[in-house]
This record gives sequence, structure tokens and C-alpha cells, in this order.
Amino acid sequence: MDVEILARLQFAFTVAFHYIFPPLSIGLGVLLVIMEGLYLKTKDKVYETMTKFWVKIFALIFAIGVASGIVLEFQFGTNWATYSRYVGDIFGSALAAEGIFAFFLESGFLAILVFGWNKVSPKVHFLSTVMVATGATLSAVWIVVANSWQQTPAGYHIVGEGLNARAEITSFWEMVFNPSSMERLSHVISGCWLAGAFLVLSVSAYYIIKNRHVDLSQKAIKIALVFAMIAALLQLITGHRGAVGVSVNQPAKLAAFEGHFDSSAVAPLYLFGWVDEQEQEVKYGLAIPGMLSFLISGDFNRPVTGLNAFAPEDRPPVNIVFQSYHIMVAIGFALIAIGIVGMFLWWRGILFKSRWYLSILVFSVLLPQMANQLGWISAEVGRQPWIVYGLLRTADGLSKVVDASQVTFSLILFILIYLLLFVLFIFLLNDKIKKGPEASEAMASEYEQQKAIFK
Amino acid sequence: MEFAIDLNITWFILIGVLLGGYAILDGFDLGVGAIYLLVKGDENRRLVLNSIGPVWDGNEVWLVTGGGALFAAFPHVYATVFSGFYTAFMILLFVLIFRAVAIEFRSKQPMAWWRKMWDWAFSLSSIFIAFLMGVALGNIVTGIPLGADKEFAGSFWSLINPYTIMVGITTVALFMMHGTIYASMKTEGELQHTIKGWINNTIIFFVICYVTITNATLIYYPNMTNHFMDYPVLFGVAILNMLAIANIPREIHHNREFRAFLSSAAAIISLMMLFAIGIFPNLVLSNPNPEWSLTIYNAASSQKTLTVMLIMAILGIPFVLAYTISIYWVFRGKVKLEATSY
Repeated sequence: MDVEILARLQFAFTVAFHYIFPPLSIGLGVLLVIMEGLYLKTKDKVYETMTKFWVKIFALIFAIGVASGIVLEFQFGTNWATYSRYVGDIFGSALAAEGIFAFFLESGFLAILVFGWNKVSPKVHFLSTVMVATGATLSAVWIVVANSWQQTPAGYHIVGEGLNARAEITSFWEMVFNPSSMERLSHVISGCWLAGAFLVLSVSAYYIIKNRHVDLSQKAIKIALVFAMIAALLQLITGHRGAVGVSVNQPAKLAAFEGHFDSSAVAPLYLFGWVDEQEQEVKYGLAIPGMLSFLISGDFNRPVTGLNAFAPEDRPPVNIVFQSYHIMVAIGFALIAIGIVGMFLWWRGILFKSRWYLSILVFSVLLPQMANQLGWISAEVGRQPWIVYGLLRTADGLSKVVDASQVTFSLILFILIYLLLFVLFIFLLNDKIKKGPEASEAMASEYEQQKAIFK
Repeated sequence: MEFAIDLNITWFILIGVLLGGYAILDGFDLGVGAIYLLVKGDENRRLVLNSIGPVWDGNEVWLVTGGGALFAAFPHVYATVFSGFYTAFMILLFVLIFRAVAIEFRSKQPMAWWRKMWDWAFSLSSIFIAFLMGVALGNIVTGIPLGADKEFAGSFWSLINPYTIMVGITTVALFMMHGTIYASMKTEGELQHTIKGWINNTIIFFVICYVTITNATLIYYPNMTNHFMDYPVLFGVAILNMLAIANIPREIHHNREFRAFLSSAAAIISLMMLFAIGIFPNLVLSNPNPEWSLTIYNAASSQKTLTVMLIMAILGIPFVLAYTISIYWVFRGKVKLEATSY
């Protein structure tokens, strides 16, 4: 395989792995603030036990997020050196802001969040929880801003020619508020909230089915269900706004989302289908005629720019973008449905008796994860063949001095070490869930017991 | 040579501060890792591990931020060094991940083989990380095969030579000393007595390495001394460095571990300063032709970006210092094992 494919595979693999964890910690962070806030307000011990339990899960998720995140920061330089030279002036200030404003906040206060229960007053501890949640969210802000600049560059000019060309910043705020950054950020954040909310829903539903920690789990489900409902609806709104933005800023990507080729035609909205890129049509599909035209312009009869408006070398791969986008949207609606059904059952007072619904919740934890990954795939593959949209091609962004054998070596090592990490993560997560929320109270005696064994 | 502080020099200093902060903070937790296997008994090992428990993660953030700042302020250095040292950096990344996993997972299961395995992983990876960082610093002194196109023209093996290996060993020795002092500050009773007994040995080990590497630098890389010839006042830094090192055994003798720790931190800062003065204004020296070196001027971002980042740093750094200090304050004193410990 050539070095471009290998480098892209490695980047995709390492980002995909990393992207399991930060969304969980961002969503869970907000939930921790709510749980601990309720404890401070009601003084109900149940909320304290709940917070302590989820802090432990948070710490585990956070640790893997950090370990896999360092890789990404270095990887721009190791595999994409030419790209780094090109965007350093712009991308760099966002990354530096992430370090100064987000990472220090998050990892510093995490120490108090996890280890500081007996060292500080409840109010100071709560403040630390708020800081960790803020830090986690801020890190998403800066990284999404940087990524959005790659999608819709703004506030820059090009200095130098040919191989020495690079983008230099002309307006920091135009760079930060580039045309897609706020839409994409709100969409990413609500995706993160869904990931966190459904993790809490899943584990709590599991406890209720097993008839363990019932009171605590019922309270947790109520908190997480409201949060999930809000996030799922936000996801719909931000997703719609994002798609309208893409139609203006990256028409080739929108055309790939819907497999739309002919610029003179009114665009339908597919519910599903299979794109035949040779024959330039969507097969085996079910579509609402003119619906895409309506959604982005408010007019059922207005033509939408198709892929044929772009030279073949400027088009993204269509089918993978189409499929990932459509499955993501379908999952988004499924999550809304799960939320509405849950609200209905709660209103009828049978939420915790409906075992079929609780079983759905147990498995639903996978849905936001899949949607997050698929949404990311459609956004990034839809940007191809550009690494910076319209300015720099992915093939031109590679490191010049790194060859295929080096990347093969590192890719294989990444796969092995991440497999190990993932197995350990699941093993320990399972262990913590099996032990349950009350374990932290019993921990002291367990520790005494261990001490006796390992003397 | 007229000397005026411009934006580029400011960023040279600020990245020095970030990496210096990293060396002092992660330095002690890597050092604790380096002596960790000498500690016997599961409870003692947990005590030593938990002395860095709440802070090692935050310490690593200094490296992440230093890397981000390097990317932002000197993108050519970031791109050239990271792609040029590809294999070395990949190995460093794997070891960093491995170490984080070892700390996190060691005490999560009670099986003896499980703990032993992660103990070895934690300690060896700590030593190896310090060593690799030293080798990278060594290569900045010796210079690397850098072409006129700002691209690295060597191979993995061209980074390894007796001098760079020696800098690697010196870094391990320095962090070992630093970490041993830290561990003795955080422990009590018999464990502290044992660890304290190691401090003198680590000082001797470090001083031997330090003298060797200083002589090797003076003989083989006299270019590192140019600025000291031009500005004799800079010798003050070298003298400060020696005084700081000499002060450590004195403070230990008087049972003032915290002051010994501050001395050791001062020694690290002054060593970093000596290094920075030595290479200035180069960031990466080209050894086929010094003209092709990456300097703080030809490798830098635009003045606009350096200004924006400076504003961010001025806004952000007071907060970072304030809560870094308050967190160390919260976790001050001797380490105790609790339900939330590793």
C-alpha cells in the first residue's frame, strides 16, 4: 500500500479510537455536575453515592482519552508534516488555546474530582466538578474550531508559492467563527451529551433489570432521560442547520451525502439506498421527491448543485459518505424515538416496570457511539480529496521524509496497543459496573483485606 | 550583537518555560517511576505510586501544551522534528501510553502477577521516556542532517551516537535524583528512611553523568559556549546550577526535603537555561550546513499569530499557575492510602 493510504488509515484508526472517549467524558461531565448539584441541594445521600460511582467511571474513561489523545497531537507533525507547515500559523493557535485554556483546567481539577473527596469541602469539590466539565467542553470547542477551519477556511491569506505556500492568519476571530464552526460545534457537543446520557441510561437500566441499586438507578435514569431527550432534539436542530451550511460552503459534500449528481435536477431526500458511482444514480432507494431541495432552500422545485458540477478529481468518494450519513441520521431519529417513548412511559408511571424498554436502554449505549463515528466519517471523507477544503489536497499534506515501511510499523503497533487498551477498558468497566455504586462505601474494608493478602 | 526582546525571542523563552515546567513536574514522576522497582512490598509500592497519583496526569499536560505551542509558534520545527524523528517519536508515544495504562490499571486487580507485570511496565517505561527525551535534546546539540528544504535527511540510527546516549543517561539520572527527593518528601516512617538513603547515591550518579556530559560538550561541541564567551555574565547561570546541586545534600542532611526539592528544581531550570543559551537562536542545528538550520526566525509563524498567542498566554498562564499551585496545596503532606487511591 502506498504511504498516503497508510497514513490516512493510521489517522482514521487513531482518531476513531480516541473519539470513543472524549464524547463520553464531555457528556458524563455535565451529568456529574447535575448529580453533585442535586446532592448539594437535597443533601440526599443517594446522589452522593451516584456521583461517586460515576466519577470512578469518568476517571477510567478520561485516562484512556488522555493516553490516546497525545498521539493525535503529535501525529500532525509525524505523518502530515507538509500540512503542519501549511496550517501551523492558523491551526497552531487553536491547539495552543486548547492546551492553555482547556487541558490544564480539566486535568488539574480532575485530581480533586477523583482523589479529593476527603481533602476539600463539598462546595469546593462541586466547583472542581464544574471546572472539569467546563474544561472537557472547552477542549471540544478548540479542536472543532480547528477542524472546521479545514472545512471552511476563513480569516487567512496565502503567503508564498508552490511548495512554500502556507496560510497565514489575518483575523483571529474570523478564523474562530469561520462559516461552519458554530454549527459543527453545537452538533458535536449534543452528540457528546447523547453519548454520556445513554451510558448512564444503559448501566442504570441494567441495575434495575437485575434488581440491584434500584432507588439510585431510578433517580439516575430520570436525570439522564431528560438530558438525553434535550440532546436528541438539539441534535436534530443542529444537524439540520449544519446540512444547510454544508450546502452553501461545501456543495460537493452535500451532494455526496445524498448521492446527487445532476445540478439541473430537483433533489430528493433518500431514506436509504445504494449509490452506483459508475451509473451516477442511487439504486434500491426510497426517496421523498424534492425534499432535499425543500430542506435547504425552502422550495421543492429548486435544483441543487450535484457532483457533476465538480471535476472528477475534486469529488469525494460518494457511497461511503452517503451510507455513513444516512445511518447517522437514522440513528439520530431512533434516539429521539427512544427518548419520547421513555418520557411517555414515565408519564404513565410504568417506566421502571417496562422491562422491554429497559432492555432497549441497556443496548442503546452503542447507538450514540455509532452515530458519532459515522457522522465524523461523513464529515471528513466528505471533505476529500482536500485536507484543507479547496486549498490543499490530502496527498500534498504528507510528510516527505516518512516512507510506507515506517507507517506500516507504527500502524501495526497502534492496532496492537489499542486492542490491548480496549480489552482492558471493557474489562475494568465491567468490573466497576459489577461491583456497583455501593462498592465505594465498602472499599475501606476491601482494602484492609487486600492489605492482609499482599503483606 | 545588539539584544532586544522581540516576539520570536519571547516565544523561544515561553516554550522554554513550558518545557521547563514539564521537566520539573513530570521529571519527578518519571523519577519516582525510575526508582519504583527498588521499593519492596505491595503497600509501600502503592504509597510511592500514590505520591504521584493525583498529579502525574496534569504534569503530562505541560508536554502536550509545549508541543501545541511549538506547533503554533515554530511550525517548521514541529514538522521537521516530528516527521524526521518518526520512529523515535512513535516509540515514545507507545511508551507514554503504556505508562499511563500501567499507573491506571496496576491496583485495579489483586492478583500478584497482574501487579508485578504493571510494576515493571511502569518503571521501565518511566526510565525509557526520560532516556528518549534526553536523546532528543542531545540531537539538538549535535545537530541533525537537515537539508536546505528544511527536511530531515538522516535515518533513525543517525540519531543515536555516544554523545546523545550520554545525554539520555544524564536525563534519567537527573530525574531519578529529583524523583527520589520527591518520594522522600511524600512518605514517612520506615519507607521514608529507606528512600532517603538512596538520595546520596542518586546525587553521585547524576554528578558523574553531569561532569562527563559537560566535558564532552566543551570538547566536541564548543559552539554551545559561544554566547558565554560573548557575555561572561551568563556564567552566573552555570554557577547557580552548581550551587543548586551542591545545596541538595545540605538540605537533606538537615531533614528539609521540601527545600531539597526546590534546589533540585532550580538545578533543572538552570540546566535548561544553559541548554537554551547554548543553542540560541537555533532551534534545530543542521550539521551539513549551519546556514540551513531552523532558527527562531526562519521557522516561526507570522508576527500576527505570535501576538495572538502571546495574548492568550498572558490571559491563561496566571490561571494555570493559580490552580496548579492550589492543587498541589490540596494534596500537600504525606501520602495516605484511601478508597480512591491507585
